[in-house]
Amino acid sequence: MSDVLPTIPPGASDSLAVLEKTRSTAETFGIPLAVLLEITHRCPLQCPYCSNPVELDRSGKELTTEEWKKVLSELAEIGVLQVHFSGGEPTARKDLVELVKHASDVGLYTNLITSAVLLTRERLSELADAGLCHVQISFQGIEEGLADRVAGYRGGHRKKLEVAKWTRELDLPLTVNAVMHRQNLHQLPEIIQMSVDLDADRLEVANVQYYGWALKNRAALMPSVAQLDECTDIVEEARERLRGRLTIDYVVPDYYALRPKKCMGGWGRQFFNISPAGKVLPCHAAESITGLDFLSVRSNHSIAWIWQNSEAFNRYRGTGWMKEPCKSCEFREIDFGGCRCQAFALTGDAANTDPACALSPLHETIFKQAEREAEGETNRFLYRNFAGGTLESENGA
Amino acid sequence: MAGPRNISVSEASRPVLPRHAKLKYDDTRKVWVILAPERVLAPDEIAVEVLQLCNGERNVGDVADQLAAKYAAPREAILADVIVMLQDLADKGFLTEIREKTP
Repeated sequence: MSDVLPTIPPGASDSLAVLEKTRSTAETFGIPLAVLLEITHRCPLQCPYCSNPVELDRSGKELTTEEWKKVLSELAEIGVLQVHFSGGEPTARKDLVELVKHASDVGLYTNLITSAVLLTRERLSELADAGLCHVQISFQGIEEGLADRVAGYRGGHRKKLEVAKWTRELDLPLTVNAVMHRQNLHQLPEIIQMSVDLDADRLEVANVQYYGWALKNRAALMPSVAQLDECTDIVEEARERLRGRLTIDYVVPDYYALRPKKCMGGWGRQFFNISPAGKVLPCHAAESITGLDFLSVRSNHSIAWIWQNSEAFNRYRGTGWMKEPCKSCEFREIDFGGCRCQAFALTGDAANTDPACALSPLHETIFKQAEREAEGETNRFLYRNFAGGTLESENGA
Repeated sequence: MAGPRNISVSEASRPVLPRHAKLKYDDTRKVWVILAPERVLAPDEIAVEVLQLCNGERNVGDVADQLAAKYAAPREAILADVIVMLQDLADKGFLTEIREKTP
């Protein structure tokens, strides 16, 4: 019976094996197991690699409490098992406890993905009572000098440490999410130790992925190949040493890979998210691709219909949309040509091969550019905000 | 109410799923699942039966007794299998146990 509990891979790629049998748009795609709910784009932090789109949804466009509750009920009904409350900063919504309670009531497993800086112990305790199952807190570094500078928020790091402690006191499992880049990779060993000291269950060592805000900040964030190799060694050593104590998930930046990542498990195959304004999206960056019409939960279509039938979800499903070199590539159903958003951002056509792939005609140019940027002197950030970004001052303030 | 982590499963332990691991029948896909942070596990029939018996009151020996009686199978073999399965779950961080409080 030792093989009775096959683990399904973490994060956006998770799926039961029974959902992975489809190949073309004509077939049916099973409803994903987990859905990411970006309930607001508002956030007190200004991280220069924010995964939100550059065009942020303003609060006036956000779904109301009743609309989100209806979404949660519908998700549970069609077979979604887990929801991740994310943002922006999800705790910026005053109705978060009510939404978590409703999700629990309809049988959904709930995860909070938070910067933690707005939480009080009382509110965290209310969330636990409402049935919250798991808390993930982002950290920008190991000490407040660097961490608060990256987040563009003074006092943030200290608050995060405090909330992490409360999380464990309330018997909630804790994931530490550490977004890594050139300016903080040297702190990785201490970040691992910090996660152990905080009694975290999981650590995500997530190298920045260069879309949206991060693409604007690439020259200030891109690590060198040598830095990354060292990072990989550190993670491997720690995994061995901390087996059974701390699970470490590791994401490398795809620029330095030869093969592209199977982004989102393939477009419209295993994942969707819902934006603050209620758009149902194949990935949280998908709105950066122009010319696609993403339907909203406010439309007269059900979420299941949008997932199965909408033009935007079907556009890059399967392999029928591919051009060369993807079209005849033996890996086409392994990585599905990489990331559509990255292909669009770097080549202007989402149907092109993701330049992260060595077979892309642009791979070499982009790799060299990344290498040059990694050696560069530019450390100034363009901070993420609703104003379209603010450049950090010369002396880092 | 925090249950201990990193437990070692024996005949005398009284295991139970922690609050962050939920055993649930998935009505859409017609399978049992264990929901955990960023993970969905698919336990087989026997594992489901074992976990349903693990209510924090029964110990592992009691669970083996019940299964041995139900399936008319040798108790020692069942006990060994149950311990292996539960320890695997515990090592993944998805099992805790009830311990007597020392006054």
